Amino acid sequence: MLQFIFNRFLTMIAMMLALSFVCFFIIQLPPGDVISAYAAELAASGDSGGLVVEQLRERYGLDQPFYVQYLKWVRNLLIGDLGYSFNLSKPVSEIISGRIGISLLVECMALVVLWGIAIPIGIYSAVRRYSAGDIFATIFGFIGLAVPNFLLALLIMYAVFIFTGTAVEGLFSAEYANAPWTPGRIWDFLTHVWVPVLVISTGGAAHIIRILRANLLDELGKPYVVTARAKGMAESRLIMRYPVRVAMIPLVATVGWVLPTIISSSIVTAIVLNLPTLSPILLRSLLSQDMHLAGALILFMGMLTLVGTLISDMLLIWIDPRIRTGMMDA
Amino acid sequence: MLKSPKPQQQPNSDDGFEAPTPLTTQGTETQFQLIWRAFKAHKLAMISLAVLSLLYLVAIFAEFLAPNDPYAVNARYTYAPPQELHFIDHDETGGWSIRPHVLGYKVEVDPIALRRTYVMDESTKYYIHFLPETHEVNMWGLFPTKRHLFDVDGRREVLFLLGTDRLGRDVLSRLIYGARVTLSIGLAGILLSLVLGVIIGGVSGFYGGWIDNLIQRVIEFIRSIPPIPLWMGFSAALPRDWTPLQNYFVITVILSLVGWTELARVVRSRFLSLKSEDYIAAAKLDGVSDSRIIVRHMLPAFTSHIIATATLAIPGMILAESSLSFIGLGLQSPVISWGVLLQEGQNLRALADAPWLLWPGAAIVITILAMNFLGDGMRDAADPYGSND
Repeated sequence: MLQFIFNRFLTMIAMMLALSFVCFFIIQLPPGDVISAYAAELAASGDSGGLVVEQLRERYGLDQPFYVQYLKWVRNLLIGDLGYSFNLSKPVSEIISGRIGISLLVECMALVVLWGIAIPIGIYSAVRRYSAGDIFATIFGFIGLAVPNFLLALLIMYAVFIFTGTAVEGLFSAEYANAPWTPGRIWDFLTHVWVPVLVISTGGAAHIIRILRANLLDELGKPYVVTARAKGMAESRLIMRYPVRVAMIPLVATVGWVLPTIISSSIVTAIVLNLPTLSPILLRSLLSQDMHLAGALILFMGMLTLVGTLISDMLLIWIDPRIRTGMMDA
Repeated sequence: MLKSPKPQQQPNSDDGFEAPTPLTTQGTETQFQLIWRAFKAHKLAMISLAVLSLLYLVAIFAEFLAPNDPYAVNARYTYAPPQELHFIDHDETGGWSIRPHVLGYKVEVDPIALRRTYVMDESTKYYIHFLPETHEVNMWGLFPTKRHLFDVDGRREVLFLLGTDRLGRDVLSRLIYGARVTLSIGLAGILLSLVLGVIIGGVSGFYGGWIDNLIQRVIEFIRSIPPIPLWMGFSAALPRDWTPLQNYFVITVILSLVGWTELARVVRSRFLSLKSEDYIAAAKLDGVSDSRIIVRHMLPAFTSHIIATATLAIPGMILAESSLSFIGLGLQSPVISWGVLLQEGQNLRALADAPWLLWPGAAIVITILAMNFLGDGMRDAADPYGSND
């Protein structure tokens, strides 16, 4: 098993390298560089400044070939230097660390709510197949898959505005925006955070309900369930104890795509709802072609899912003895 | 082998009850006929097929169907609410006739806030004419025509069945033109993904070995990155001075960068399961070339699966395009797509004043629901032999 974990680690590191390459490619993609924008500014103000521009290029290593720049960039990443945002005039690491906490908090809450909604509904749908509740859940699932996140966020904003006259934007009311964490601020946060959390988790929840329902239906027909029932085991205890546990195992493996989905939808949602997370910064940096900041953010979001997937794989080994023993044999 | 029921089993065949036609077609139906029969049993899928055909027809004949020029700005009618369509026309004498019409607007401007409020003017009726000659459009960019399906008559009459936007542009006409871009980018994206997926997945499944291993790792890698930031990163790099057509193609390519992976996986798994079939082994022993085995013996066996998977992948493309356009990194105005149109509703104040700006959202939801149902039906019908044996 240690061998497997070691291999899995190596794969992740290889993937991180590939990811960093893709991100650096994105950074380099726009025509021109920061310095040429600066040079254009200088030229506009009547200063030819050719020498200054050349010196700047040299200082930031922009005159070197692609792979040298890439290696430099990676080396700087490893020592924690994520580059400098020319637009916000701040180091990238400072910008990220200022907002990372809220981003992770919202995403984790969405993850918890996603499983919290999907698992009970999925179990109910399978056990009471074709009941009114099951049909309702199926309809909810189809609609959840069909409504884009940004549209759902817009609809909730619109509905709340029509019924209460207040706008649900951001995560805090104005008076709590920069306040320390007091019970009042936590309450204020909770009254705001339910909208993005709900929106982010819907699409994923619809998927998970369908998967869990199908898995559980497969399990419910198996002889061991009939045997347990024949022995007189209480139905609720029986279902929770055996088939549900078996049907849940593949769900752990779905973390691999749930995480990318959550991050993707949290970006769009956060932009619509104007949340103080990393996502609006990503959009702004991309629109202003502040590529070092954007590249670092994309790298960061990708890393997050890679690490998350690794953790889910470890969980899977821990939960499912079949995988564990299968690996020892191999 | 099974024989159809003999006529003598029906006791009275002469009292108007006709004997069923012998099932001579059984066993001779082509695969396509079998699939079509299995598909027809799916009510939802059939309805979805009808809905989607209608939507694509609307997209194809956008110039003819849209009552107004989608770019025409009407300063007099900004954020005008939708007009209700009336069918029964009462005249002064108390009689009535069936003549579809809408009521005109009475505009009242609040002197302090300078806000316009629109009231329906009961006294002005604009009758709807069919196939009138109004504004000139260039049909498919090929020939100019003034003929439209329906419109009101005269210069001072207006027809805004779904209201207008910030600049007084007709939401219905923009919705109809937007269908063309949104629906076609889904198809174009999936076609490109299909080509990539079939080639790469086919190579992976047919040859196996280290190529397969490498391709699988690449697919795993692409699928483990959150797609939205990746798409955002690529589309942000598009030069601002590119033409709408260039942007359209690049966005399609960007969406396909992720889209091909799912199709490649399906193709690969089909190849793997078919490779061990006896008839493939027989063909190999007969000395048939690789390319002929693939094209002649393997592709027909899973074309239907591939089409079903591709259909189920179109919604993802449409969602992605809409999301990107909505946040301003996909297609840009003046291109009209449903995502671009929804940008108008991004502002909560605008939305509260003009909730009809959300109609493109309804169009997206209907399209995706229909695509999903259609894809589900096709997937179930793709293997018509499954339930008979």
